[in-house]
Amino acid sequence: MKKKVVSLLLAASLVTAMLSGCGNSGSSDAGTESAGTEEEADDAQQTQTDASNAEEGSDETPAEGSGETYKIGAIGPATGGAAVYGIAVQNGADLAIKEINEAGGINGSMIEYNFQDDECDNEKSVNAYNTLKDWGMQILVGSTTSGCSIAVSAESANDNLFQLTPSGSSVDCIKNDNVFQVCFTDPNQGVGAAQYIGSNGVAEKVAVIYDSSDVYSSGIYEKFAGEAANQPFEIVSSEAFTADNKTDFSVQLQKAKDAGAELIFLPIYYTEASLILTQANAMGYEPEFFGCDGLDGILNVENFDTALAEGVMLLTPFAADAEDEATKSFVSAYEAAYGDTPNQFAADAYDAVYIIKAAIEQSGAAPTDSASDICDKLKAAMTEISVDGLTGEAMSWEAGGAVNKAPKAMEIVDGNYSLIQ
Amino acid sequence: MKGLKLNKNVKDNLITYGIVIIAYVIMQIMINTGHISSLLQGLLVPLCVYVILAVSLNLTVGILGELSLGHAGFMCVGAFAGAFFSRYMEDVIEVSLLRFVIAIIIGAISAGIVGFLIGMPVLRLRGDYLAIVTLAFGEIIKNIINVLYVGKDSSGIHFSMKDSMSLGLTEDGDVIINGAQGITGTPKDATFTIGIVLIIITLVVVLNLIHSRDGRAIMSIRDNLIAAESIGINITKYKLMAFSISAALAGMAGVLYSHNLSSLMATPKNFGYNMSIMILVFVVLGGIGNIRGSIISAVILTLLPELLRGLSNYRMLIYSVILIVMMLFNWSPKLINLRKKYSLRRLFKKTGEVR
Repeated sequence: MKKKVVSLLLAASLVTAMLSGCGNSGSSDAGTESAGTEEEADDAQQTQTDASNAEEGSDETPAEGSGETYKIGAIGPATGGAAVYGIAVQNGADLAIKEINEAGGINGSMIEYNFQDDECDNEKSVNAYNTLKDWGMQILVGSTTSGCSIAVSAESANDNLFQLTPSGSSVDCIKNDNVFQVCFTDPNQGVGAAQYIGSNGVAEKVAVIYDSSDVYSSGIYEKFAGEAANQPFEIVSSEAFTADNKTDFSVQLQKAKDAGAELIFLPIYYTEASLILTQANAMGYEPEFFGCDGLDGILNVENFDTALAEGVMLLTPFAADAEDEATKSFVSAYEAAYGDTPNQFAADAYDAVYIIKAAIEQSGAAPTDSASDICDKLKAAMTEISVDGLTGEAMSWEAGGAVNKAPKAMEIVDGNYSLIQ
Repeated sequence: MKGLKLNKNVKDNLITYGIVIIAYVIMQIMINTGHISSLLQGLLVPLCVYVILAVSLNLTVGILGELSLGHAGFMCVGAFAGAFFSRYMEDVIEVSLLRFVIAIIIGAISAGIVGFLIGMPVLRLRGDYLAIVTLAFGEIIKNIINVLYVGKDSSGIHFSMKDSMSLGLTEDGDVIINGAQGITGTPKDATFTIGIVLIIITLVVVLNLIHSRDGRAIMSIRDNLIAAESIGINITKYKLMAFSISAALAGMAGVLYSHNLSSLMATPKNFGYNMSIMILVFVVLGGIGNIRGSIISAVILTLLPELLRGLSNYRMLIYSVILIVMMLFNWSPKLINLRKKYSLRRLFKKTGEVR
């Protein structure tokens, strides 16, 4: 008896939830920062309810609105453990889009922007992608993390929708021909780091501490270890940790110390790296530290003595303290808008939007084109353009989707990143 | 009296099957007429996955009366076993449906075997040991998969627990399980129709088990272990039976999950402790031992965070608040009284069988 009532109520709430959900999908562009007038939202809602077909929706909506707009979507983790990266991408892309819109848009057309949270979960990322498709997305900046990018790229390849991932660094991200990368691929970083250490004679005995449960970290480690065989240094210890036990590194450090390592290679993110630096200092072990772009941000960790990071070397495409004009103006604009120092992910996303702008201008893709037509045009244009961005100069792309740009080696000197060369 | 009771069971089961089939028909009509958002369409297979998980966990928690906190671990075993098979046989078996069906069977059997092995020592004990052991199992399986490297080349399968380089693959080799990077490029064989068929299979298995002789034995263990033992019921056997079936069904759900996404990784997010708790929440909210409730709550709680996307950053907060409110609404004694007082049946003047 009671159960029947409960199930009846639950069923009723389910139906209402589903109905309200269908109605909501049009007006869910809460993240829209530009041109999204109220009329447009209403129109979108109407078209969404009678023809939720994504392609049709995207064709009709701009035509009825105040002007033709490009619809760019972005995906990243805005909640959960990896939220730092997702929020950086959200803000970085947002900043670039605002700038472009203020400067008159792309070929006179404004950009609409919508960011969706994926909680750093492959399944949720596909849900976010589908939400954006309902919104009428034509171009995707995302996903932020490698695993999510791979999952989403299978969907976007199916729909032939142009995808540019700012920071999905795994090679599997760009397996489909509609996906391009802004950041380096993992092999690129691992091989680059090994070659740098080898050719500059930084050390002869190297230890590695990496996160075996993280795609980014284990991906770099594998390629680093592979390339190390060809280099004049030796890996004396390689110790892993996992996401479940990443607070105490004394065992790994002790092993590196016992093996007599002069340099510790850290292909990991900065939170764990700051702990490693602190713990190495506590046990009186002072090797050199060398990292990849994940270490960017280490100077902003709370309660971390930045003096310990002195002399840490890292290969990163972006440093917030760099002295060039473009970086300076980006950092100050970002700080003014979001009250936070941008990291490499924000810079990647910022560049991604400008890369899309350059590709659109090159190809002449119009905002009224369907997502699939835009994708075909942009795919061709990507191999022709060369973009100067925050994360690299004269970036160019192969048809495969990987970026060509020179890695920059930075060293932390006096609490600042400075370019080694 | 006995015949009446049987009828009630049959009627009850038919309602459950009916809900699933009607939902399927409605969704198919909406898909074919284009009245469905891509979001909802993309959610259909995950919904099937979570319904199967909730129903199968209800078998352990509700019918057997043991607490299991490692259901996501069994899902993980099934997902990786099934996805590995599909990737390995991708070029050999060209018919995707046949390959997928075999993958499902393999996933279910491997998860069932793992469940059996875990249950064998633990289910002999009395108390909350199953919860402790399954909790540990869920964490262990995730970590094992994260260090597992398996590849294939012309000379066969290579296996390592160090890294993908020590597999020693030849030029044409293909790394299938690449440690933390998991399995990528699983063929997308899962469809809504197959998902619904699997739900129906799960329901047939679970509902028939509950209403069989074995099911009554299992429930008698739950209700009074000493009494059940005294009339000669083989406790360990029936406990193991229910637990292994539950694990096998979770493995089946895992195969469906892995064939819906092109990249499969064992992260704390999808196969961790939180996921096990999430499935337990489906069961508790739907009513422990109530199969239909599990289905409905799994659907609602999976849809809810997606439907709240309009609230952007506040969505997970609101989701948790709604969860608490729903829990209170369902199980708080005061509210149950209140609901009885103002129930729909009262309003329609159908008093008489108010419990």
